[in-house]
Amino acid sequence: MKPAPFDYVAPRTVAEAVDHLARHGDDARVLAGGQSLVRLMNTRLATPAVIVDINRVEGLDAIEAENGSIRIGATARQRAAELHELVRSGAPLFARAGEHVAHPSVRRRGTVVGSIAFADPSAELPAALLALDGEAVVAGPDGERTVAAADLFTGAFRTSLAAGELITAVRVPRGGDGPTGSAWTEISRRQGDLPVCGVGAVVTLGDDGTVARARIALCGVGDTPVRATAVEEALAGADPTEDAIAAAADSAARDLDPPSDPHGSAGYRRHLAVVMTRRAVSEAAARAREGAPNA
Amino acid sequence: MPEKVRLQVTVNGVEHDVLVEPRMLVLDFLRDELDLTGAHAGCEHGVCGACTVLVDGEATRSCLMFAAQLDGAEVRTVESLATAGGELHPIQQAFTQEHGLQCGFCTPGMLMATVELLEHTPMPQPDDVREALGGNLCRCTGYQNIVNAVCAAGPLVAASQGTVTAAAREVSA
Repeated sequence: MKPAPFDYVAPRTVAEAVDHLARHGDDARVLAGGQSLVRLMNTRLATPAVIVDINRVEGLDAIEAENGSIRIGATARQRAAELHELVRSGAPLFARAGEHVAHPSVRRRGTVVGSIAFADPSAELPAALLALDGEAVVAGPDGERTVAAADLFTGAFRTSLAAGELITAVRVPRGGDGPTGSAWTEISRRQGDLPVCGVGAVVTLGDDGTVARARIALCGVGDTPVRATAVEEALAGADPTEDAIAAAADSAARDLDPPSDPHGSAGYRRHLAVVMTRRAVSEAAARAREGAPNA
Repeated sequence: MPEKVRLQVTVNGVEHDVLVEPRMLVLDFLRDELDLTGAHAGCEHGVCGACTVLVDGEATRSCLMFAAQLDGAEVRTVESLATAGGELHPIQQAFTQEHGLQCGFCTPGMLMATVELLEHTPMPQPDDVREALGGNLCRCTGYQNIVNAVCAAGPLVAASQGTVTAAAREVSA
């Protein structure tokens, strides 16, 4: 047995789970799909004293429509989400990004919310949540609150959650106000690996065919997933020609301070940020023009 | 010492009612407690897929799940494939026929991932196989023969179940 000893609890309700988490603070870790956490425990990079297994909490695996949003529960599997009709039609960026996460057998156990809570700055789903203006639904000792994706990721593998808090679901808005297209592009060393750089783009066109709104987020280029605000602003109101997209994408790396590691130097990542942003926006705009519903 | 967890689980059709240490991985439970050594301990951190078993029908890395999580579950390992008399399962026959294994270390994981694939996609094409088995590493055979074996397994499994349809025959022809 490779992991260090720990106590195992399998609460049946969110309240019970929060109670365990609040009682044990930093000594406790939440177990959902386990595809990141158990790996860390096997190598003893994580040695929690208490494991709070939320897989037995009734109803937490739901993927459902909620007003104008899609709500993905804390134990909904990545594979279930990427194949779900609601996600594919209402927030296809999530499915497109999800298909790049590891391999099907990992995604069948790994959860969407787990990946987001793990907050790996190279991972696809946190960046997809950020691009979609999604939010996390957080339960804690003082009740429920929502945290916008923009306020959730505070550093590499760090979120703004307080001790005792649990993300019970993430919510992403459905579709866009007008013809909308999305695309995910990434470069990874091998298929299924974490990307060296990944970009998610959602482009909504106005009645005159110009860009009403572009939402773009990158992963692998900093301590957290980042919004390409400068590119979004440059695209707003523009006719989405190849030249206009290329000109806008040039500013993708302007405010980035990417890491250098054996997978890629900072310079290479800055280069990729520009190229992958151009490709993602171009593909998203083409899909928006084709008018496929909520593509 | 952490308190042990009681667990009722069905493995290859046999029910077990046991107490396990919380930190015991499904992989170690199968190998050390039940003496089912078919699931192999390869990388033990979720990369290689050699420990793949089916938990409630889903291909699962048994090194990334705790036995304590199995309460009420049904597990199938590679030992469930061949008959008690030693007759190979059609998937195993296909791997033999197509030289889909050499040293055999990765094979139990490949086979169980294939079982799951064929349940959803009875007549897989090479791209389906590469996608479904992408998380299973082989260091000696090379992947082409494994892909061939899985594609060949589809018709063999269907034939053994007597469910070959005209469409399936056409695809495999």
